[in-house]
Amino acid sequence: MACVSPDGKPTESGTKMLRAIKSGMGSAEEIASSAGLPLFRVRSGLRELTQAGLANQKDDKYELSSKGTELLDSLST
Amino acid sequence: MEEVKEQLISLPRLGEPAPAFETVSTHGVLKLEDFKGSWLILFSHPADFTPVCTTEFIAFAEIFPELQKRGVELLGLSVDSVSSHIAWVRNVEEKTGVKIPFPIIADLSKEVSLAYGMIHPGQSKTETVRCVFIIDPNQIIRTILYYPLTTGRNMAEILRIIDALQTTDKNAVATPANWRPGDMVVVPPPNTQEMAEERIKQGYECVDWYLCKKKL
Repeated sequence: MACVSPDGKPTESGTKMLRAIKSGMGSAEEIASSAGLPLFRVRSGLRELTQAGLANQKDDKYELSSKGTELLDSLST
Repeated sequence: MEEVKEQLISLPRLGEPAPAFETVSTHGVLKLEDFKGSWLILFSHPADFTPVCTTEFIAFAEIFPELQKRGVELLGLSVDSVSSHIAWVRNVEEKTGVKIPFPIIADLSKEVSLAYGMIHPGQSKTETVRCVFIIDPNQIIRTILYYPLTTGRNMAEILRIIDALQTTDKNAVATPANWRPGDMVVVPPPNTQEMAEERIKQGYECVDWYLCKKKL
């Protein structure tokens, strides 16, 4: 997986996406712009983050799950 | 009568939707729809760690910034594994200093190759030939190029086609032979006699009513 490592931790691009989601960027386009990643990578990565339980999708917007929030907090400490 | 078992696969054609796919790549699992809204060049190469393909990948990497300026993404493909692709692009970077910035599909199942008609048994039964599919932001196939195994692609021509397609879409014109950005473009031919007569008076550079050019 490109955004989540086999050990369940986000990769560098996955972390950028999680941070963008946390900062309030909700749509794939907004996340791509905020994270500085190509839109196709973000669309693919959001599927991974959602499948890994780190983000939730509501319509075309994304938000961090409690697991994603905990993980991101643990990375920044 | 003997049953015909050969599966007939309809190959993609210009103006038709590009066949959908979901596939493994060096940048994770990618779907065609992930590229919606961008132009996409989907291209196949015969195999990793082969000489002509290596020169092509370096050349694609060199035009990558120009493609990005035009809103174009690149996506490579061959019937090799992700591990092989990773080892090859790392080797290319180590030996030449060129980083391959775009994803490469690992099409071991040949699902994408077959859907796009990339395997030509007369050339090779196991490798993809050198195909280029230019797909527009609405995911319609706009250009198809096929090159044989022995002939590396011309990047200047690929950029020229992108420029021509984008110019056509923006200005509702066509582009003449050997057109380059900045050259005159072809005004669409008139559909009626009245339009043909008016055409001559419109100040275009006309050979005759059916071949008129203008500056953009």
